Amino acid sequence: MRGILRSPKIVAGLLILAFFVVLAVLGPLLVGADPTKTSGAGLAGPSAAHWLGTTQSGQDVLAQVVYGARISMGVGVLSALIATALSIVVGLVGGYVGGVVDEVLSLITNIFLVLPALPLVIVLAGYLPSRGVMSVAAVIAVTGWAWGARVLRAQTLTLRGRDYVQAAKAGGERAWRIVFAEILPVEFPVIATSFLATVLAAILAEAGLSFLGLANLSTVSWGTMLYFAQNNQALLVGAWWWFIPPGLCIALIGAGLGLLNFGIDEIANPRLRTVLPKRARRARRAEVTS
Amino acid sequence: MRYLLRRLGFYLITAWAAITINFLIPRLMPGDPVDLMVARMNGQIDPDAIESMKKSFGLTGGSIWSQYWDYLGNLLHGELGRSITFYPTHVSSVIGGALPWTIGLVGIATIISYLIGTSLGVVAAWRRGTWLDSILPTTTFLQAVPYFWVALALVMVFGVSLSWLPVSGAYSLDVTTGFNGPFVASVLYHAILPAITIVVASIADRVMGMRNVMVTTLGEDYVTMAEAKGLTSRRVMWRYAARNAVLPNITSFSLSLGFVVGGSVLTEIVFSYPGIGSVLLKAVENEDFPLMQGIFLIISLAVLAANLLADIAYVALDPRTRQEA
Repeated sequence: MRGILRSPKIVAGLLILAFFVVLAVLGPLLVGADPTKTSGAGLAGPSAAHWLGTTQSGQDVLAQVVYGARISMGVGVLSALIATALSIVVGLVGGYVGGVVDEVLSLITNIFLVLPALPLVIVLAGYLPSRGVMSVAAVIAVTGWAWGARVLRAQTLTLRGRDYVQAAKAGGERAWRIVFAEILPVEFPVIATSFLATVLAAILAEAGLSFLGLANLSTVSWGTMLYFAQNNQALLVGAWWWFIPPGLCIALIGAGLGLLNFGIDEIANPRLRTVLPKRARRARRAEVTS
Repeated sequence: MRYLLRRLGFYLITAWAAITINFLIPRLMPGDPVDLMVARMNGQIDPDAIESMKKSFGLTGGSIWSQYWDYLGNLLHGELGRSITFYPTHVSSVIGGALPWTIGLVGIATIISYLIGTSLGVVAAWRRGTWLDSILPTTTFLQAVPYFWVALALVMVFGVSLSWLPVSGAYSLDVTTGFNGPFVASVLYHAILPAITIVVASIADRVMGMRNVMVTTLGEDYVTMAEAKGLTSRRVMWRYAARNAVLPNITSFSLSLGFVVGGSVLTEIVFSYPGIGSVLLKAVENEDFPLMQGIFLIISLAVLAANLLADIAYVALDPRTRQEA
């Protein structure tokens, strides 16, 4: 644990994410105002009354960013949970059972890996009769589980032959128990990294869908903010305060998730570490040339 | 050769899967597209029209199997149905008109992004432990930036504030279309901002992918050997390390094509670029289901074709894959 907190990347990533979680949970209490409440002052720049200015119809941009965090992050986490559950089942079962089952599951995984996700999400969303948070999350999850499944299958393949798994098998444990009670816990770090990456992909997908007007436009999310900014010519009138904050929030959350993932990767694979190698290379070169 | 045949088989199965998914979506989603349209028109549509629409969707005519066979047969003849938005134009000709714009834009932008990103990755790995490591937080940030948001920011800065570059369309309306100097110049001029968007949003993946493989390659014995021979750093870096490290990157490059195509859908919409993405949005907005599905199918097949090309390039460049077979 101390090793984890010594990595500046992990600490920075955790701080960024903590900030946004606090923003989503407590933010609305601080901002107070209803994010959809209109006022007379439309398209006003940042001021003491409206820290991030107002939209076309005089809604407070800061309030929208804060409330939007709930929907954007909520959909992101929800789809990532569904996608991760799918990838665990497909990856672990395929990797452990092997044979025809594995062939079929790998084939399905690889197909979903190659098919372009966003166009598929757009087409699926086009057919949705209602575009609530749940259905949008489900649609995003359907296209987002394949990468995790592939990684987990590879891990499971290497674990399958380990002694302790063989021992459990010989001891007469049931297959599902071995998979979920013996193998699954060991793969937790891998699951965590793929979960974090999926959260980011889902946040981006939700933003893209909302930006196209394909999510629920009556709820405030960072994506719908960008949709309304674009459709109300925020760009042409130079209302940068309207569309810069939501995109920046997405990119910052993504950077936080990415840093966390890098940190975990570096602990798992020391070769990727960024410090030291210059000295190491120089030392090696000296060794080689001497 | 066996490797390529296996890949070819995989792409054929994937193409079949894409086609089948396309067939199943309207049948598995709650409510069929015609009912959906009728509901949204508040029932102000006469029963004859409903019946003919169902027919054009292939939603009538016997069991699901015979529908499936009809659908496959139609596809074989390049028959994707008629677009509702551009009625009575065929879906295939609507797509045919938009596709060259997307392929040109995404293709060129992807190549630029690949060249710059890979070179940056090589240098970043070689100079590990220097200020270049600050490239890491920058790339994580860039990886997470939504494509269309980059596009919005570029429109704002270079289009509106500075008025340097056009912000919408693919060419100026006062030039005659065709292969002539002013038209080509206008097309290139209009492509600058969308292309920069795609490059900015996709370059981080290239840098990181190349850096990580390169770091591993730098630890190989033959790199140490080359250094021991006293070759110049530049030669060791490019001819020995980068040349080998770039190979796995080709595969990841082909996989990321799907994401580039998806991302460019949004980019096209910001710039009102007349490619596949803009048509897809129009189709969704008008509930033009035949057009929507035709586009998904074409995008999928294009991505598959690009992946197959990348696989062929891989085999051509890496003798090891040929020996294994």
